[in-house]
Amino acid sequence: MNTKSTSKKAAAMIDRAHARHLLYQMLKIRRFEEKCVELYSAMKIRGFMHLYIGEEAVAVGIIDALKPEDAVVATYREHGHALARGVSAGSIMAEMYGKQEGCSRGRGGSMHLFDKKTRFYGGNAIVGGGLPLAAGLAMADKLQGKQCVVCCFFGEGAVAEGEFHESMNLAALWHLPVLFVCENNLYAMGTALKLSESVTDIAQKAAGYGIKSESVDGMDVLATQSAAEKAVAYVRSGKGPYFLECRTYRFRAHSMFDPELYRTKEEVQEWKKRDPILIFVQCLKDRKFISDKDMDELDKKIDAEIKDAVAFAEAGTYEPVEDLTRFVYS
Amino acid sequence: MNTSIQAEQEITYREAVREAICEAMQKDERVLLMGEDVGRYGGCFAVSKGLLEEFGPNRIIDTPLSESSFVGTGIGMALGGMRPIIEIMTVNFSLLAADQILNTAATYLHMSGGLFNVPVVIRMATGGGKQLAAQHSHSLEGWYAHIPGIKVLTPATIEDARGMLWTALMDPDPVLVFENSSLYNMKGKLSAGTGQVDIDRACVRRQGKDVTIITYGICLFKSLDAATTLAAEGIETEVIDLRTLRPLDDETFLTSIAKTHQAIIVDEGWRSGGISAEISARIMEKVFYELDAPVQRICGAEVPMPYAKHLEEAALPQVDDIITTVKEMVRKNG
Repeated sequence: MNTKSTSKKAAAMIDRAHARHLLYQMLKIRRFEEKCVELYSAMKIRGFMHLYIGEEAVAVGIIDALKPEDAVVATYREHGHALARGVSAGSIMAEMYGKQEGCSRGRGGSMHLFDKKTRFYGGNAIVGGGLPLAAGLAMADKLQGKQCVVCCFFGEGAVAEGEFHESMNLAALWHLPVLFVCENNLYAMGTALKLSESVTDIAQKAAGYGIKSESVDGMDVLATQSAAEKAVAYVRSGKGPYFLECRTYRFRAHSMFDPELYRTKEEVQEWKKRDPILIFVQCLKDRKFISDKDMDELDKKIDAEIKDAVAFAEAGTYEPVEDLTRFVYS
Repeated sequence: MNTSIQAEQEITYREAVREAICEAMQKDERVLLMGEDVGRYGGCFAVSKGLLEEFGPNRIIDTPLSESSFVGTGIGMALGGMRPIIEIMTVNFSLLAADQILNTAATYLHMSGGLFNVPVVIRMATGGGKQLAAQHSHSLEGWYAHIPGIKVLTPATIEDARGMLWTALMDPDPVLVFENSSLYNMKGKLSAGTGQVDIDRACVRRQGKDVTIITYGICLFKSLDAATTLAAEGIETEVIDLRTLRPLDDETFLTSIAKTHQAIIVDEGWRSGGISAEISARIMEKVFYELDAPVQRICGAEVPMPYAKHLEEAALPQVDDIITTVKEMVRKNG
């Protein structure tokens, strides 16, 4: 892997509007989640909440390469993916408030965001559980003659699950149009990759199933986006699945109940120097794609959107308790 | 010439299931069959023999030994607009896919707030009686009936084996179908053109005034055999085939109990925490004052299924157990 050259090449290719859009999406995810933390402390949001802060370049870079007719299967750390896919911030916030205006009517919460319009299939909180689902969606698309890509996100923790290996095998065996995206943030909750895997080179595992695989610097949105473009084109052309390992890092705790005893503050600080947003802003400034004034405007725009999302959630209503057993059966 | 006789055919339970699959595949392009050895091998119970030749490998799909993944893939296919029939060899193996059945199929509609329904059908063999010992013989359908979000069908008759599948496939939600493996060779008459049947009602298979027997699956036939013997001795039992364990049609057995005032539940599954316990509880809750005697249960013995024939027989409800229990009840309570 030569991430530097990939990134430089990608940076040279991208146009200004596109670059700004990527930055806007990453910043929006960051601000949205910072607001979520506040609201969690204010007890407006409850349950498990897993933050994506630090990993934004992955969801933004990958999803940017998808078409509207493609499908996304995500994990329980999926606020970023839902936002990047175009699920409205208001409906996500309302979901976390447990309101019926939420994208899953308040039945799912932070871990189970769903949206039909954007083919966003959750929000899956059993590690590895989304992989067979993605294979099935891809098979359905393929049998129906659609030229769609199913993009399946999962963490490196899922690699230890049997479902990972079963699904790699099925997808490869049946040449399914799945883009597997492993978000390798080095920790499965609190267990480091090196303590849970005998082979820590994850892309190599996919290669073992005959799946074309590649590792990319997941802190670099342009490198990720460019790798995704290539991977999506490969999958869409009918050549079978593709596996992208995005090397990234979670800046915050695993969930809101994590004292982070398993890693040092120094390690976190070291990774924060590679903050995907800071790096990208610098890159755009160097290329004169963005000015300080532009940044101010962007901040204002996003602040207003987050404010609207919170207002939407606050104004939302609770589903009547009489409806409790709705949606158990159609 | 009697046309009704001509229109009737004698077929096995296995053939009835195969015909049902065939018909569904012919009627609806979205239907496909996927599972271990369903294609080239013809199905581990030979249910799908010949279907690969007829429908091709895109619709009769052999899978690796990856229960969790091929069930999950089936769920994904259902979400993606197909109508898959997933075959799992036996209920014991289904536990490898229990995560996908419970955590995905049963939850998706609810946790997405009604956005995504999962029209998947999962068939599997269940039950003992073939000396297959402790990892191929259990009856866990009652266990699955614990789970809201799925439907649990237990076709016992040829007509149900033939008719339930299409209804299950047209259901918008996940449906599990449990076929007792000892029934595959059972022969019966089926009228030509027998079509789909409902999947949400129990059925009175024999009328009687003295005792209600509530059962399903292979125990239906043991109960009917017992009923014949008992009738010769002047005891009239009413035999109810539950047909579906979830949703459980309690109205049918409650109505029967209001007539007979005595009830026995016959179930191959284990007694503790089983479907028989649920049925008994519903009887207590709803028609307690109709009862002349405590509800009795004849269930599988609480052991992993033994191999030796005499021990396996002892572990399963038998016709004599039913006869003895009914007689004892009638003797005590008139």
